[in-house]
Amino acid sequence: MLEIKNLHASIEGKPILKGVNLKINPGEIHAIMGPNGAGKSTLAKILAGHPSYEVTEGEILFKGNDLLEMEPEDRAHAGLFMSFQYPIEIHGVSNVQFLRDALNSKRKAHGQPEISPEEFDKLLVEKMKLMEIKPEFKERNLNEGFSGGEKKRNEILQMAVLAPELAILDETDSGLDIDAMRIVAKGVNQFMTKDIGLLLITHYQRLLDYIKPNFVHVIMDGKIVQSGGPELALDLEEKGYDWLEASPEEEKLG
Amino acid sequence: MSTDTLFRGDSEYKYGFVTDVETESLPKGLNEDVIRLISAKKNEPDFLLQFRLKAYRKWLEMSEPRWVNVDYPEIDYQNICYYTVPKHKPALNRLEDVDPEILKTFERLGIPLDEQKRLTNVAVDMVFDSVSIGTTFKKKLDDAGVVLCSISEAIHKYPELVEKYLGSVVPIGDNFFATLNSAVFSDGSFVYVPKGVISPMELSTYFRINDKETGQFERTLIIAEESSFVSYLEGCTAPAYDNNQLHAAVVELIALDNAQIKYATVQNWYSGNPKTGEGGVFNFVTKRGRCAGVNSKISWTQVEVGAAITWKYPSCILQGDNSVGEFYSVALTNGRMQADTGTKMIHLGKNTKSTIISKGIAADFSHNSYRGLVKVAPRATGARNYTQCDSMLVGANCSANTFPYIEVANSTSQVEHEASTSKMNEEQLFYFQSRGLSKEDAVNMIVNGFCKEVIRELPLEFATEAQKLLTLKLENSVG
Repeated sequence: MLEIKNLHASIEGKPILKGVNLKINPGEIHAIMGPNGAGKSTLAKILAGHPSYEVTEGEILFKGNDLLEMEPEDRAHAGLFMSFQYPIEIHGVSNVQFLRDALNSKRKAHGQPEISPEEFDKLLVEKMKLMEIKPEFKERNLNEGFSGGEKKRNEILQMAVLAPELAILDETDSGLDIDAMRIVAKGVNQFMTKDIGLLLITHYQRLLDYIKPNFVHVIMDGKIVQSGGPELALDLEEKGYDWLEASPEEEKLG
Repeated sequence: MSTDTLFRGDSEYKYGFVTDVETESLPKGLNEDVIRLISAKKNEPDFLLQFRLKAYRKWLEMSEPRWVNVDYPEIDYQNICYYTVPKHKPALNRLEDVDPEILKTFERLGIPLDEQKRLTNVAVDMVFDSVSIGTTFKKKLDDAGVVLCSISEAIHKYPELVEKYLGSVVPIGDNFFATLNSAVFSDGSFVYVPKGVISPMELSTYFRINDKETGQFERTLIIAEESSFVSYLEGCTAPAYDNNQLHAAVVELIALDNAQIKYATVQNWYSGNPKTGEGGVFNFVTKRGRCAGVNSKISWTQVEVGAAITWKYPSCILQGDNSVGEFYSVALTNGRMQADTGTKMIHLGKNTKSTIISKGIAADFSHNSYRGLVKVAPRATGARNYTQCDSMLVGANCSANTFPYIEVANSTSQVEHEASTSKMNEEQLFYFQSRGLSKEDAVNMIVNGFCKEVIRELPLEFATEAQKLLTLKLENSVG
């Protein structure tokens, strides 16, 4: 469903990605690991359509369509979702309003009628229960005053409600304690089906104890330098990234 | 696209057209003869002529305030016309007689005047170049005993009320612009709500500047007798001229025992060319309410999105014990606009309460300042104030300032002040977009979320309009 071919990208003229190739099929869980500054989050943001990055070479196909030609909202409508590493706080916009408007805009794009407030409420309550989010978070301002863990759980809640076909989780594990990690993993695992592709971006192996990937890729200096099965993550945990081919300067960039 | 450019580009000002009407004007310039002539043309009683002359003489000794955080070229007061009226002024109460061009103007502004299309449950008084054109729903108001008419009409019909209250809240000689208004005001609205009457509908005045060289000096006086209630809204637009029009209005509100006045403004004067800053209205307005009676309440709500320069501090004098003053404000500046706006809450009575909620949004090269005074007099035991000032910046070239002044002379009073500054940025918009919402929806939700506490204070009929207006101001350059 997703095919990234020879992707080069830069921010403010500085090259970050230098030829990334990756293919994700429905039902597969891929993990991308790598040191800080290697380009992990850049890849996630480019997939979602962040305006600050410039793609200088290569292409990305999502369900056969040229993803790079699509606006971020069109990518969301097409079934792509990225969970933010640092979810944004918005004053005066409630969680429930945000999510209902987001879902309705997706339904509208697909020619479906708007979901009624009652129906939406049922859906939301069910998903909130799964993510162990307290009911009062419905009416709270979007991410405002949420703890780090609450924000991350809220991201997964958004994913569950919007029901994408390809989900990209950008460092969803960062800043989570074990309990929060368990809840997030439960939400993600329950969401996964044979029709859904999942791309986990993480710095640590820890998350992969809870969400089992089919493939692990190591990205360094803007390229995938190693791919393998889940055992690769364990190797990295043990040996670090040094044994792969990074030069010392680039590691300092993080 | 970066958010720096979010608000750039020519914002389309859809009210910028000019209406071709035959008018009668006095020559430009100001002197005692002009004032006598204005008064004579309006056939005013002597007390009003004396009021005007006294103001004029005081004005000659005054100078423009210089403490304001705005910058504008010197105004030549002798190059302004102080009196313009449409030649075909209708007989009072007969809207059918209004110059059809003027009626069309109000239609284009979305203020339909014929019976079928009128705004439901809102009585409208139209003021065109400072002259009242007519009032809708006269009958319904008459039945309730509520008076909504032009101040010129009130001067003849209710001279004792006008004489008693005119200048009682904003005294002659209060400040430069108010004093000029007292000398030359041409028309405006008058509202009187008798004892115990709850106004059966929203009252509204729609102000339209049309003439290029006429100053707009309207005067509004609202009196709420004991235990009465009235909600009033004013709207403002002007054509897009490349010179500046001066607007120096005065609004006075009086609330007696247990009375309540809600006053809302949606101000969308032409704000000048967004790139060069050329043209636009200078909006120098004095608005003040006096909670004269016990348990009285005055609420100001303003949505200020227009004018090249805004200088405006709708205030409350909390004289009666237990009286309440409120100020809810959204001020949006973009292009080269400059706004210095806020409020004054003067606590004189015991257990008086005031609330100030100010939301400033600055974009492009604009300057947006909140300036507010909370003053608690020695005998105002138990007075309380809560102030919240939030600013939102869009782009890197605008500025937002907060100038809060707090003077407390009573140790039992309680004053709170909260302030915040945030930025609308690319990351926020991207977050919304990545969830499937368009950029326009994102701007709409962020801005209206930011202003929510103020918008919900507007009468229902206008809240949606105000929201649309805010979004429209931003959308022009977002698409």
